Amino acid sequence: MAKAFKPQIVTANDLLLGDVIYLTAEGGWTRDHASAQVAQNAEQAEAMLATAAAQQLKIVGPYLAEATLDANGTPGPVHFREAFRTRGPSNYSHGKQAEAAEA
Amino acid sequence: MYDYTDFDREFVNTRVQEFRGQVARRLDGSMTEDEFKPLRLMNGLYLQLHAYMLRVAIPYGTLNSGQMRQLAMIADKWDKGYGHFTTRQNIQYNWPKLMDVPDMLQALADVSMHAIQTSGNTIRNVTADHFAGAAADEIEDPRPTAELVRQWSTDHPEFQFLPRKFKVAVTGSSNDRAVVKAHDIGLRMVRNADGAPGYEVIVGGGLGRTPMIGKVLRDYLPKADLLPYLEAVMQVYNLHGRRDNKYKARIKILVHEESLEVMQSRVAEVFERIRDDFVVPQDLIDHIETGFQPPAYKTADIAPVLDGALRSFIDTNTVAHKNPDYAIVTISLKGIGETPGDATSDQMRVMADLAEKYGHDELRISHEQNVVLPHVHRGDLPAVFAALKDAGLATANVGLVSDIIACPGMDYCALATARSIPVAQQISTAFADIDAQRDIGPLKIKISGCINACGHHHVGHIGILGLDRAGVENYQITLGGDGTETATIGERAGPGFAYDEIVPAVERLIKAYLDLRADPEETFLEAYRRVGMGPFKVALYPEKQERANAA
Repeated sequence: MAKAFKPQIVTANDLLLGDVIYLTAEGGWTRDHASAQVAQNAEQAEAMLATAAAQQLKIVGPYLAEATLDANGTPGPVHFREAFRTRGPSNYSHGKQAEAAEA
Repeated sequence: MYDYTDFDREFVNTRVQEFRGQVARRLDGSMTEDEFKPLRLMNGLYLQLHAYMLRVAIPYGTLNSGQMRQLAMIADKWDKGYGHFTTRQNIQYNWPKLMDVPDMLQALADVSMHAIQTSGNTIRNVTADHFAGAAADEIEDPRPTAELVRQWSTDHPEFQFLPRKFKVAVTGSSNDRAVVKAHDIGLRMVRNADGAPGYEVIVGGGLGRTPMIGKVLRDYLPKADLLPYLEAVMQVYNLHGRRDNKYKARIKILVHEESLEVMQSRVAEVFERIRDDFVVPQDLIDHIETGFQPPAYKTADIAPVLDGALRSFIDTNTVAHKNPDYAIVTISLKGIGETPGDATSDQMRVMADLAEKYGHDELRISHEQNVVLPHVHRGDLPAVFAALKDAGLATANVGLVSDIIACPGMDYCALATARSIPVAQQISTAFADIDAQRDIGPLKIKISGCINACGHHHVGHIGILGLDRAGVENYQITLGGDGTETATIGERAGPGFAYDEIVPAVERLIKAYLDLRADPEETFLEAYRRVGMGPFKVALYPEKQERANAA
């Protein structure tokens, strides 16, 4: 039996800056995991990955990552690696966590 | 210091211009990422978890004050004001932006540095004993050898697409501080019966997925034969090394699968064929050797050391220099609770100033992620210590429990399976008291955040390997590893520990050692060798012991 599909988002790194980004429903990119588009089935996931891969001038290394959904359908990271990518390193307040603190 | 020739300078500058063009073509869309990636890697530019990372080579770990200041300038101008010194004597910048990298490379080229071959399946930055040229126990300074190997291997057209990466280390002493037995090729300087210096050539060592201690390919190689012999080894590896499986592509697998004897006869055959065509011009050798002349040692008074803190620093952070009026000073980049190997730009400038004022303008980066002032007159030690203290760089813990090697792990590295840095920080904090650390004595803890073993965990007295077990960080402990001339791969203790269990597990290990050591002079490693795994296993897994007792 095929495995049940779990919700996924598309993530990559920004070509110029290198920071972590997520594909949005409009086909653009956000730095906020919660604003990422969520694929509900395998076909949609593949289509989203293709949309991302076509944007070579903006991004590097797109891939699908599993996501949790809260009661409002907002996606969160499943794996700890993806959770770290939403924040930045644990030894300094650098990366997204620093930007969030400044905002 | 080795000074670049016009040839070196032109080569490095040309590579910067070439890379500038490649970045521009990537940005305007005329090159895809698939095309660009191998080119950026050839120039040391990786894409990591949160950002790009630029890995800069520090050949044989040697820097002068001007180069160290330039590294600080680069950290301030294009990064976040710090750099991370690695176990391969490189420095890594964790936050560069793609469009800035050509300017960073130009700034490096301006001080005779580069990031070439710090990635890719090539011969990587050649490493050496960080006490080279200063150590009292040295046969010869290994750096002219390392520089010759660097020149030969840089942009060597035949060895740009090897089956896998290739690492060479050189030591000039019988005491191995360069982990030569865990390199693809390790060169150890020895003397023959006539007293002439040459090399013991060790091949097929390596850590990573399949850790192996290198084997002696040739017990004595005359110095003049070095390059043709290395060329022969590389030709054999390039031809016979496995390209079908990335995990079996290192030379250690070739040596293991085909036997040392087969390797020896193949290398000997090629060597005999190419040897006569491979004459290194004497003026080149002379130019290299001129760059590594001993400094003009000074003579001055040496006052008796009365201050307790200074004495403690001298005991722990200095070793004997070949000139008895001098000392080799290790500056610990392992402040309590700090990130191993990190230095801020301000600290880099302080170390550069000290090297210029008190250290004959020389600095070294050690594979243990510390910085070394190789030539300090003993009379200047109080001034050096005072300046280090002001800069937060006087932690007297070299070789002790908090002098931990840790790879960047999953805080930065895209390959990592777990974090390393916070584990190191927490162990360091748990053993913060330096007097207690001195009581524990020499102890090497080495932490890697994945199986690739950049943190050398296999050769740690206590090794820690971070893994991903079903989506949770899990840490395996190995014991009894040794990275010196008595190199040994550590033995796995048993099941791994969760992130919040690993530091208490290490604390239990060390308590067990203190309880069982024969006397305060017996080190952790000696005690382990005497009693074996048993008592340490009991300390690590007390609940298992309780269950056994209850049964």
